[in-house]
Parts: sequence; structure tokens; C-alpha cells
Amino acid sequence: MKKFLKIFSVLLLICSSNTFSFAAEKVDYLKTDWSFKGLFGKFDRASLQRGYQVYTEVCASCHSMKYLSYRNLAEKGGPEFPEDQAKAIAASFEVMDGPNADGEMFARPGKLSDKFVMPYDNVKAAQAANGGAYPPDMSVLVKARGGGVDYVYSLLQGYEEAPSGMILDDGVHYNKYMYGNKIRMAAPLSDGLVEYGDGTAATVEQMSKDVTTFLMWAAEPHLEARHQMGFKAIIYLIILTILVYFSMKKIWSRVESEV
Amino acid sequence: MSDHDYRPKSKVGQWFNDRLPLLTLANHLTDYPTPKNLNYWWTFGGILTFCLITQIITGLTLAMHYIAHADMAFESVEHIMRDVNYGWLIRYIHANGASMFFLAVYIHIFRSLFYGSYKAPREIIWIIGIIIYLLMMAAAFMGYVLPWGQMSFWGATVITNLFSAIPFVGEGIVTWLWGGYSVDNPTLTRFFTLHYLIPFLILGLVVLHIWALHVPGNNNPVGIDIKKPSKDTVPFHPYIVIKDGFALLMFMIVFAFFVFYSPNILGHADNYIEANPMVTPAHIVPEWYLLPFYAILRSVPDKLLGVVAMLSAILILAVLPWLDTSKIRSAVFRPLYKQFYWILVADVLILGYVGAMPAEGLYLLIARVATAYYFLHFLVILPVLGFKEKTLPVPLSITEPVLGGSPNLATARKKESKIE
Repeated sequence: MKKFLKIFSVLLLICSSNTFSFAAEKVDYLKTDWSFKGLFGKFDRASLQRGYQVYTEVCASCHSMKYLSYRNLAEKGGPEFPEDQAKAIAASFEVMDGPNADGEMFARPGKLSDKFVMPYDNVKAAQAANGGAYPPDMSVLVKARGGGVDYVYSLLQGYEEAPSGMILDDGVHYNKYMYGNKIRMAAPLSDGLVEYGDGTAATVEQMSKDVTTFLMWAAEPHLEARHQMGFKAIIYLIILTILVYFSMKKIWSRVESEV
Repeated sequence: MSDHDYRPKSKVGQWFNDRLPLLTLANHLTDYPTPKNLNYWWTFGGILTFCLITQIITGLTLAMHYIAHADMAFESVEHIMRDVNYGWLIRYIHANGASMFFLAVYIHIFRSLFYGSYKAPREIIWIIGIIIYLLMMAAAFMGYVLPWGQMSFWGATVITNLFSAIPFVGEGIVTWLWGGYSVDNPTLTRFFTLHYLIPFLILGLVVLHIWALHVPGNNNPVGIDIKKPSKDTVPFHPYIVIKDGFALLMFMIVFAFFVFYSPNILGHADNYIEANPMVTPAHIVPEWYLLPFYAILRSVPDKLLGVVAMLSAILILAVLPWLDTSKIRSAVFRPLYKQFYWILVADVLILGYVGAMPAEGLYLLIARVATAYYFLHFLVILPVLGFKEKTLPVPLSITEPVLGGSPNLATARKKESKIE
């Protein structure tokens, strides 16, 4: 039993360390204390709401978030805007609907059940407006990048002067965390770009943290439920394992053998 | 089955059993004499059964919400993750379940290698096991294609393209597999169909695997033939059931940590980007459990020979019972084989590591050496070892080990004195 556990854990360690080492490429990302990490990790509600503000006022002019609906903003485990506020947010967007009884398409104010309105009609339009580069959809963006939240958080703060000798084409910017260091997106954030309703100072660092938190929630809307259920499930399994262990000892005590 | 003289107690039971002997089968399964010295490495058979059932149940549930269409697959997976009740839980169990399934199957296979479980009279069990393993790889590969992310698409492109290495008919076969001239909607729908079918084929083979096992009975850590039933055996129920149950629970704790706390650590980030035939990812890597074979494939400069090497690496296992010439089963009594065994384990782990790295420079060199060693182990070392190795004396039974032969001599003696 002891030998088994020893070998098993060593094997597991080797396997997992392998996965970790190539899951994230060796880059020193900027670190911050994410409230949603760890066994009991939860989102910081205020940060999510501020993050939504940054998204909608800054990012959303180019980046879509097509898998989210306005109702998600009021749901448990998210920014948890009061339902009235979420309704007001939805209504502030114009949604194309139809065809109506006359066969015409028409614009109407958004409803909770609508998906987030996209900034461009299609990929071609988005590329045309952004010098040929397509601003990626942000619904699962943090899960679609190797470094996850740390990468996005760093990237937003990683704009610098290009090192001498590096020639950048028109409309290309230097970012020390971007793969290949060249990025089409101009530095999106600057101090005081948005005005937070709760009085938090809108520094680039603060906005980066808030919007990345918001993106994490957008990618994993059930993260809080997952953490809560995981803790209960594992405690349950551990208790059951202990009970079964003693039952096993009792049953095997009838035969002359180790277990 | 030695217990066909079983008769149910009740009249109804007898009536039913005379027509369909299910109760005889149930009786056989509960009384099945199992060696009492099985260690925890033997619990992975039960764990694998659990993995298969879990994959089938979660897979059926996912299939109710998933849409196998190139334009909608990615979106339908996001729909499952966001809007289906506990869809995130079911999908994460299914996705991580594949990894846990392979973790368990590798332990199961390497246990067999250590204790010589593939040797006579258990060759058929072993060969069925290899077929199951092959089907598992096919199912896992096709399952990874279904979310239609970047790694799905490009992984499918790379793997199906391997068939183009076949002389003359290769290109035709690839077109036939794709159902078109590139990986596209027809490829996705047929992969979905086959991904749905294969688990049930595996289930059928698992029944045969267990049936074939129940003819000679389990091998054991000492690796000797034992009399069944005897004082060397215990009935399957309750002894093995509770022990397998305990091991399964420990396994489930590890499983739960992955599902609830790092559900995406074993996947590749690129698979959260929707498939785009116009953009090729920087590194195309398969899932971790296929990496050793991927390393072997890439270590051969010629495409056709690379494919041959990769397939041989798996198929060589099927003839293992005849490559290993030693009469002794358990590595416990084979001091030299034991060392080569651990070198093989290290070799496969190294292959897995370099399989994840770019195929260039030092990594490529290591991959080549490790590939060569892999084949050397099976084709040269094992056959020769059987003739050259001086093995240790093997005990006559589990309870009466000969002097110096038992790995647990002290405990065995203590036990014997207790019996007296």
C-alpha cells in the first residue's frame, strides 16, 4: 500500500509537471492577486462590474463577445447587476430583429435574452476596420491563451517603445508580452480613460485587473459554482474513502493477508 | 466455469435460471476465486470499467446538446458550458475523464508488463486489451476533434494526413476519410458517428477481456499458478469488491481535483479558438496520452517509415507474449528484467516529454535515441533476457514462499507462525 502510493504519486508528479511546463511557455508575466484562484476562489463583484464598464466603454468598440447574453450580467456568480440595471444596459443597445409581419427587418432596444451586440456585422467588416487584423471574440479569450489571465493582464500593460533596431510596420505596435512582440492593437488603456462610478482610481493597472477579471468570468461563468461544488464533492469523497478503508480492514481481517 | 452446479434457492429463481442462467453468472462473479495477494496495481481494472461507464454516460448526455456541424459545433459546446444545467460539469468530467482513462490504462498496461500478466495462458486477454487500447486512442482522437477548435481541426488534419504516406493509394484514402478535399463538415459528422460507436465496441471487448480473464483467473504479484479455489484465494465478493471500491474512491479524488480545480490544464489553450482553416497554430501537439507515439512518428525522417514506426510501436505489444522468452512471469524474481523494466518506463516518459517539444536540435536527438531504445527493449533485450537471466527461486504457493524467494519474507514468516 505504502509502496503503491509512493510510486503512484511520483508518476503523477512527473506527468503533471510535464503538462505544466508546456501548458505555459516560460514567460514572466506580471502577477496580481486574483480573487478567483484557489479552493474557495470567488469573483470580486465590484471588480467584475468595473470590468464590464471597461469592456463596454473600451474593448467593445472592436471586440465582440458573442456567447454572452445581457441576462448573464444579472445572474448569480457574475457581476450580479440588479435586474433593472441589466435591463437598462440591454435596452441601451439597438438590436436588429425581424422580419416582421410586413417582411421588414427592424431595430428595437435590446432585451435580457439578447446576445451581446457585436461591433461589426461580420469578420470581413471587422478586418476592414482594423487594418486587416481581426479583433478576436472575447467570450473565451482568457482560456484561449497560454498564460490565461496573467497573460491578458500583462499584455494590457506591456506596451513599450520598440527596442532600437526593430522595425515596425505602420499600425503595428510593440508589446513585450505578445507572442513575437508585434501587435496590431494600439495600447487600449490609459490612466483615467474611464470614470468608475464607485470612485476607484482608474489607473491602467486597475483597469487591466478589472477587465481581466471580467473576461475570466465571461469565459467561465460557472466558476464559483464549480469551486463550491468541488469542495463539497472532495470532502464527501474523502470521508467516504476513510469509511470504506476501515470497512475493508474489517473484512480483510478474516483472511491472513495484507491489504 | 467451475461452479455450474449452482442452483438458486427460490422456485422462481430456478425456473428463470433453467431458461437463462443469469443467476449462475452472478454467482460465478461473486464467488470468483481471486488471489489474495493482489496489490493495488490490480485495482485499475475496476477503475477502468468505471472510466468507461463514466465516459459513456457523460458522452450520451453531451450528445443530447451537441451539434455536429462545422458552423455550429464550437458554439454548441459553449452553449453546453453556459446554458445547459450543469453542462460545464458534464463536459469537464468527459474531457478530463479521457485523460484519467488513459492514466489508468497506462498503469494497467505497465502493471501487466511488470508482473508478466501477458504470458501463457493469458495471451488472449492481453491481445484483446491491446485492441481496446487502440480503439481508445481512436475514440479519444475523434472526441478531441468534436469541439471544432483550432487543435481539433489541425490535429485532425495532421493525423488523417498520415494515411497519405501509404504508397499509390494514400491520397485517395485521405480524401475518402475526409469525405472531401480537406477536413470539413463531412469529416466532423463521420468522426462524431464513430466517436459515438467506438465506446460500445470497447464495452463489448471489455466483456470478452473479463471473460478471457475468468478462464485462467488472475495473475498475481508472485506470478505463479495457484490452485483455485484454495487458501491462496478469496472470493471476489466482498474482498476484492471493497478493495477495488477503496482504490476507486482514491482515484476519484484525483479526478475531482482536475474537474473542479484545473479542468483545462490537460487541454491546449488553442482549442478554445474556433477552427480556422486559414490560420495554422504555431505548434500542433496531440493530447498528452498520445505524445510518446507522436515523438516516435517525428523521430523518423521519412514520412512512410515514421508512420510504420509509430504503428509498430503499438502493434509490437500484441506479439509481446512471444517476444518475452522467460518462463518466469513476475519481475520480482527477475532481477535483470526489473531494471530494464524501469528503464523502459523512463524511456516512455522521455518520449512523452520530447513529443511535446518542437522536433529540432537536442529534442530530436533524444527522441531518436529513445525510439531506438523502445524497439531494442522489445526486439532484442526481452528475447535474449529469457535465456541469459539468472532468476531467483520462485515460491510454490502464495502462502508458502520458499526461503529467500518471497519479497515479503518477514511478513510471510510472521503470518505462518501466527497460523501455527
